[in-house]
Amino acid sequence: MNLPDIETTCTELSERLVTYLAEQQIDRPLLVGIRTGGVWVADRLQEKLQTEDGVSSLDISFYRDDFTRHGLHPQVKGSELPDSIEDRHIILVDDVVMSGRTIRAAMNELFDYGRPASITLVCLLDIGRRELPIQPDLCGAALTLSEGQLVKLTGPQPLTLTLA
Amino acid sequence: MNTDPAKVQLTADGRLKHFLTTEGLSRELLTEILDTADSFISTQERDVKKVPLLRGKTVVNLFFENSTRTRSTFELAAKRLSADILNLDISKSATAKGETLMDTLWNLEAMYSDMFVVRHADSGAAHFIAEHVTPHVAIINAGDGRHAHPTQAMLDMLTIRRHKGSIEGKIVAIVGDILHSRVARSQIHALRTLGAAEVRVIGPGTLLPKDIESLGCKAFYRMEEGLKDCDVVIMLRLQKERMQNALLPSEGEFFKLYGLTEEKLAYAKPDAIVMHPGPINRGVEIESNVADGPQSVILNQVSYGIAVRMAVMAMAMSGQQQEKNELYGNDQEEA
Repeated sequence: MNLPDIETTCTELSERLVTYLAEQQIDRPLLVGIRTGGVWVADRLQEKLQTEDGVSSLDISFYRDDFTRHGLHPQVKGSELPDSIEDRHIILVDDVVMSGRTIRAAMNELFDYGRPASITLVCLLDIGRRELPIQPDLCGAALTLSEGQLVKLTGPQPLTLTLA
Repeated sequence: MNTDPAKVQLTADGRLKHFLTTEGLSRELLTEILDTADSFISTQERDVKKVPLLRGKTVVNLFFENSTRTRSTFELAAKRLSADILNLDISKSATAKGETLMDTLWNLEAMYSDMFVVRHADSGAAHFIAEHVTPHVAIINAGDGRHAHPTQAMLDMLTIRRHKGSIEGKIVAIVGDILHSRVARSQIHALRTLGAAEVRVIGPGTLLPKDIESLGCKAFYRMEEGLKDCDVVIMLRLQKERMQNALLPSEGEFFKLYGLTEEKLAYAKPDAIVMHPGPINRGVEIESNVADGPQSVILNQVSYGIAVRMAVMAMAMSGQQQEKNELYGNDQEEA
């Protein structure tokens, strides 16, 4: 299967995001990337968006729903968000959306930092297999993988997609 | 006790499942504790301090010996991990009515407890409980006799790392009653493992154990020599009950020789930090000017204590959970 070109996808995605924000009349968005891949993608979007707060990062290790299955992730890095996200319009960015569980955990964590005005979900790739009713507002590319196949983003320089 | 405490606290693949002592734990594992604690510090600075990690787990604070600070920081740590916590003051409960330690434990296990935080006057108590407890219940040592107080040592390591950048290469002096101090023992092991350049102990001969240098530290009897070029000065609490055993002439005498004053602190590096596990005896081991002064990080230690205890509890519970999953498989959990 052919994977999309990552640079083209990122560029197109940031252009679509600019249009989307204008349509939604959001003028001071807060870019939040989910560690680790989501932060890399958010960094690419920031090149075009130039938001005043830069890119914040969210580490969802303490919010995962699979602690009883897998325990604590050994490399917790912590979240770095502004002092207040109250009433902010958040652009939540992840590299790959699949089950939707990561996004649920991320939203739960965000609400412990404050009550945002809105959350827009942006993903580089959507590979389907959803287990929760969560859909990205903008997505770089949708892929249909064969059973058991996964896609992995490595980075940050250069960003590379590989099938596993 | 025949088993090695360092091994009892680890799973087969080397992850933490109990936390009994800093002795024998690898540098990687101690660093993982500090890194995880760092992440918890950021959650502690939010309005909402709780994370959902240990939701549904039950933690029992089992204190056979009094302690206000340690018990309350463990309680806050458990609550901020969303666990349910039960505080048991054993000196006032069933053991006072003749129930044995193991009977008390089996009763608590029957209430589906997942973790015991144990403070006991006997060295080795937490280790004993870890060896006899039902599988998948985590034991955290909150101080056992003169043996160990590992969470205190790790919060001290976190304090040094956050204020001095790293532990590696630093000269650290521990001052006071080393003989009776479980804190000092745990600190020495952690400091050595994490690469401190030099660990010194300073105190009167009667309060320094004879074999202390075998732990890899240097003994000093005078503050002037011991504090020279130190990056970190850790004062220990002088336990007043020791005075009755003729180990010390008087509080006044001790303060004169070993009490930390601005004058004595000047022997250390100008940017040295001053630490104390608390509670402090002002005018006995430390003067107020120093305790409240710009080099003191004593209150920061208390805040970091919660984050370190959250880290250790989360990691031990995680280790237990993984061991359980390997035995029964993941599907068991789903049911």
